[in-house]
Amino acid sequence: MQLTVNGKTYEADVEDDMPLLWVLRDELGLTGVKYGCGIAQCGACTVHIDGMAVRSCQTLAGSLEPGAEITTIEGLGAPDALHAVQQAWVEHQVAQCGYCQSGQIMQAAALLDMNPEPSDEEIDLVMSGNLCRCGTYVRIRAAIHAAADKLKEA
Amino acid sequence: MGRLRTITRRSFLVGSAAIAGGVAFGTYAVRQPHANPLAEGLGSGEATFNPWVRISPDRITLITPHADIGQGAVSMQAALIAEEMDLEWGEFDTDFGQPSAAYYNTAMAGEAAPFLSTDHSFGAEATRSAMGAMFKMMGFQGTGGSSSVADSFNKLRAAGATARETLKLAASQRTGVAASELKTEGGAVLLPDGTRLPYTELAAEAAALDPVQDVPLRDPSQWRLVGKPMQRLDVVAKSTGAQLYGIDLKLDSMVHAAVRVSPRRSALVSHDATAAEGMRGVKKIVPVTNGIAVVADNTWRAMTALDQITFEWAPAPYPAEMDGHWAEVGASFTEERLDKEWRNEGDVAAGMDGDGVVEAEYRTPYLAHQPMEPLNAVALVTDEGAEIWTSHQFPRFVQQKVAAVTGHDAGQVVLHNQFGGGSFGHRLEFENITLAAEIANQMRGTPVKLTFSREEDFAQDFPRQISMARGRGRVANGRIETVDLSIASVSSSRSQMGRIGMGVPGPDGQIVAGAWNAPYALPNLRVRGYAVPELAPTSSWRSVGASSNGFYIESFIDELCHAAGTDPMEERIRLCSYDVARKVLEAAAELSGWGSDLGAGRGRGVALVESFGVPVAEVVEVTATDAGIRIDKVCVVADVGTIVDPVNFENHMQGAVVWGLGHAMNCEITYADGMAEQTNFYTHEGMRMHQCPEILVKGLENGIHPKGIGEPPVPPAAPALANAIFAATGQRLREAPFNKFVDFL
Repeated sequence: MQLTVNGKTYEADVEDDMPLLWVLRDELGLTGVKYGCGIAQCGACTVHIDGMAVRSCQTLAGSLEPGAEITTIEGLGAPDALHAVQQAWVEHQVAQCGYCQSGQIMQAAALLDMNPEPSDEEIDLVMSGNLCRCGTYVRIRAAIHAAADKLKEA
Repeated sequence: MGRLRTITRRSFLVGSAAIAGGVAFGTYAVRQPHANPLAEGLGSGEATFNPWVRISPDRITLITPHADIGQGAVSMQAALIAEEMDLEWGEFDTDFGQPSAAYYNTAMAGEAAPFLSTDHSFGAEATRSAMGAMFKMMGFQGTGGSSSVADSFNKLRAAGATARETLKLAASQRTGVAASELKTEGGAVLLPDGTRLPYTELAAEAAALDPVQDVPLRDPSQWRLVGKPMQRLDVVAKSTGAQLYGIDLKLDSMVHAAVRVSPRRSALVSHDATAAEGMRGVKKIVPVTNGIAVVADNTWRAMTALDQITFEWAPAPYPAEMDGHWAEVGASFTEERLDKEWRNEGDVAAGMDGDGVVEAEYRTPYLAHQPMEPLNAVALVTDEGAEIWTSHQFPRFVQQKVAAVTGHDAGQVVLHNQFGGGSFGHRLEFENITLAAEIANQMRGTPVKLTFSREEDFAQDFPRQISMARGRGRVANGRIETVDLSIASVSSSRSQMGRIGMGVPGPDGQIVAGAWNAPYALPNLRVRGYAVPELAPTSSWRSVGASSNGFYIESFIDELCHAAGTDPMEERIRLCSYDVARKVLEAAAELSGWGSDLGAGRGRGVALVESFGVPVAEVVEVTATDAGIRIDKVCVVADVGTIVDPVNFENHMQGAVVWGLGHAMNCEITYADGMAEQTNFYTHEGMRMHQCPEILVKGLENGIHPKGIGEPPVPPAAPALANAIFAATGQRLREAPFNKFVDFL
């Protein structure tokens, strides 16, 4: 099957019921997307499909619409060209182990896309599907507010 | 030497004072450093002055042997070296290095010597020193016990200073300018005329010199990096998906494996793999200890095929149901199981005479570690040796464990340590490593990546200890007079050390850690530890014994304060006999506005626990709403002596509070039919964002020695929350998880 990921077209010979998570990680080598729970309980595998945040562990390869635009953390920004959310994550030094942060950042970017000025309550509501076992939530909240400010200025 | 090593290994005494005088090392043998592992395989034009610094013609590499499991150990170690070596921040590479005795951890040894922080008696100091000598002799390389800063603080600055002075000597010899006339800055030696000689250009000449030793360390007033906010070296990679963890590695011709091992820690009786054979991508189905592995061409295909296999497991070697576990714990408050009476001041029996006696019983459950990165390992076994890629806190034991599987010598096992996606004690165990080695040993020459499913990770997780405490105390004249606390716990130390072939022959300090060393002077105080025989095997869980025992003693002290009619903060401050800890309490009182009126349905709770030599006070503020308890705010104050990086310090204080609160509120591991009932995050998640309060952090630096902050803020969180809920509602919580008794928003 053909996939469009981060603007590039890939060919993957995979079963229809293989979750997108494993297509991205094991077949396409895009390891920024993380396996955490496999059952949409932790959000570590969050990617965007046509701008919407989805759990790639529950998105089966065969369910993708032809032409669907998939964005992973690698496509959001790069170390030398950070997305506003990533900039805020760096400035607030959110990460400890960092393993959940790809998913957190993808979820936060999608949130700000829909709601450019979220309140703490709105942030909590949307971000509570993303688990961080290191407990960086205070900094995630602050970084989302900072990213919102950056995006407004832009 | 060989024999001495064997003896020390076998008589390794964690948490025991018996070591004082128990092992006699010649001073010479102890002082003699282990060989520098960087000296082997040094390329042409490369220099190394000690085990932490390697300079090549094109790069400077700092070896950071303490594992980085999210706590920022790489940045911390690099900062200490770079501080004295005058390197620009980030203008160097870092490497975990190869496992080596040269990276022995003496701070971990100090923690294992059980004396009060205030005890600087000859016996206490002699034991600390002897423990340190033993760890050094054994070459005990380990990351744990919040010891990385304490272990590194002087050692790595000295490593940087040695490198700097040796490079200056090389520059002096090249230029004829006296070394005293040379300065260093930004990775270069500066001549008086302003000429810069980069360290990399001096490497070859410096390599020919004997390293300059015993260089005095700089005064803190001269520090450029230490104590200042710094950007962690990994933060950009961890914000862009660029950071590679063990689970992300890919080697040429690598295959992917999934395992199922007995969830009862028992034998595999039978299995039927017919349905899995011939599934797409499946390459091999192989036996492993107590289970079966499927090897396939990607992770999902291996896991999917594994799910088609049916298994029959033997019964668990521990009680199948929780009732049996708790019955054993409850039956352990006996003379026979008394592990040690750790503290006995005043006259507890006489102090219990009269009115005002308070009694309470507490318990805390098994808990899982479950870092976000499921355990995994890449293994490659050949006839010549083995290589393993994983994140681990005991590198040299990894070598031994792999060697035991493959039949090689430990020296033939290469560990490529990786950044870990969290640990919390999980990466002190070896199941992922030995299983990966078992599979790879059956496919010699092919690299195998083993990834645990989250369910497999839960099933194989060695949880935190379960324990109970019984408190009796008495109040009189508005004060606490007597505290008598007995704690019965399984020994996670004995369980864990047993799996690496070490005994813990003395009493286990972790059974009472956080309680026996409470920094209080009471008229009558007794703390006793009772050892419960092994039930489900357990392991170190972030803050180990103190995670339970801090809850016990600080809940009980709170109950006594209320019985005495005294303010819980004022009474603690009055009782606190350790100056450093009392200042922590006072700062927490100020930060939280303790004493101000919160209004109806709201309450504050305080707790003070010292663990790993660090006193931490927390004040939790809650509101009892119609829908349940909401945690509004937490104020947390700690004294680590010297804060290496205030940003990382704050992040870890906040994270440890979330860890402590979340598990106390929401989590337990329970056994049914011999298996852990919790198999994924929906039944054991810790805390999610909507429950996370505002967390204000303050660090003090009154302590004498620099200490770590990874674990110490965990133990006060649960009791501070329980005490706050009591203040708001009048309901006393004596058992975790609290959500069995109250609702949380």
